[in-house]
Amino acid sequence: MFRTQYDSDISIYSPEGRLYQIEYAMQAVAQGSTALGLKSKTHAVVVTLMRSSDELSSHQRKIFKVDGHMGIAISGLTADARVLLKFMRNETLHHKFVYGSDLPTGEVVSSLAMKSQRNTQRWGRRPYGVGLLVIGYDGDKTHLYQTSPSGNCFSYYAQAIGSRSQSARTYLEKNFKEFPELGLEELVLHGVKALKESSGKETLTKLNVGIAVVGKEQKFEILKPNKVQSYLDQILQTEGEIEIENENENEKDEEAETLELKLD
Amino acid sequence: MQPKKKTLRPIVTGSSVLGIKYKDGVILASDTLGSYGSLARFRDIRRIVPITKHTVIGGTGEFSDFQEITKILRQKIIENQELVESGKEEDELLPSEIHSYLSRVLYGRRNKFNPLWNDVVVAGFEKGKVHMGTVDLWGSYFEDDIIATGYGTYFALPLMRKAYKKDMERDKALEVLRDCLTVLFYRDCRTINRYVFAEITKEGVNITDPVEIETKWEIADWQEGKL
Repeated sequence: MFRTQYDSDISIYSPEGRLYQIEYAMQAVAQGSTALGLKSKTHAVVVTLMRSSDELSSHQRKIFKVDGHMGIAISGLTADARVLLKFMRNETLHHKFVYGSDLPTGEVVSSLAMKSQRNTQRWGRRPYGVGLLVIGYDGDKTHLYQTSPSGNCFSYYAQAIGSRSQSARTYLEKNFKEFPELGLEELVLHGVKALKESSGKETLTKLNVGIAVVGKEQKFEILKPNKVQSYLDQILQTEGEIEIENENENEKDEEAETLELKLD
Repeated sequence: MQPKKKTLRPIVTGSSVLGIKYKDGVILASDTLGSYGSLARFRDIRRIVPITKHTVIGGTGEFSDFQEITKILRQKIIENQELVESGKEEDELLPSEIHSYLSRVLYGRRNKFNPLWNDVVVAGFEKGKVHMGTVDLWGSYFEDDIIATGYGTYFALPLMRKAYKKDMERDKALEVLRDCLTVLFYRDCRTINRYVFAEITKEGVNITDPVEIETKWEIADWQEGKL
């Protein structure tokens, strides 16, 4: 009942203390197709489902390189994502020019958080309608961050955003404890399996699945379709085996521990 | 019309700074003199200062500009601490990053024709290795295992090059430095016989109090009582 009275402007609180415009912006993120990220001690991976509006058009790209050691997967308004991407590329390049080293992922995410927050408190501006999953490797550590229109940024072991992301998140919550020690191949396989949970009726093909990796001695790289296909094939192979396993297992719901860094 | 407020020429100056890598780290050395032209005016200044737990800088040239550089760098460290998530000391700016940043600052100033009139040595320990190099008032960036600025480039560098061996012992490194400092005291008219050594190893930075080094003047024709 209250919503329509207090949701017309970013600068109006509702009586419950909510800013509806921000929540609507986050809804834009939830409408985008699934993007998920996961990391081990040595590598970080993003896997995305790329939609195409019709059979004639290309699939919407969701993964972008920021720098040699960092990249993002997006969900939401692609145009807004491009603005943030340009910002991130500028920051990383500037840092490299001044300090001669890779910009730590955490620092650029902090700057992004500040930038996003500004749009939630200025008259005439609107929040960015896109959520990013930022993966990076610096300081001998892997990083995975989620940014949101609210300006909150968190660090994760694994996370999924976009439509039907809850299914992927459930899969990640079940399996994330074994991620740290995995090699790259197994990590990507988990990512693709998680994506399958969110794909619904859509068949996963090398054209609509995007995968990117970064890590120790691995520069940020978007995998070529043929490499993507090899992972999809492996999933199909083990599909039959997994179904039998699931019938026998007792599924316990575990609360996923996520490392939360709230940036004030 | 406003008077020009740019660097014209150095007024209070510091002479050479020397640096040499050895097995466990690096040692820098300089004298403690701030010359006012030909007057040996300030006889206990520090021309080698710590910036972080693992980095020191040493300065030749205009001393007030060196103080300004020290301020700029220390301020940058503080700013950077706010950005670094972990709050740990290991994650603060590395010597190589400080060196790179300083070279951008000095180059920017030279472009405006208002230089910080210095030749700065940046030395430190990062990722298990020593980083050492110089930046000068024109913004030229340079890295090496043996470093000398000011008159040291002409007098000390050839001697250091001859004596330097990779992974030399600490005592040998100190010996080389003392030898060079002595030669500089003999030949550089803007020095005094009072020196400070800065040693950087993986443990951190250690800057000594000023010491004197013996010199021989028996061969000089102008000794007391003689013509």
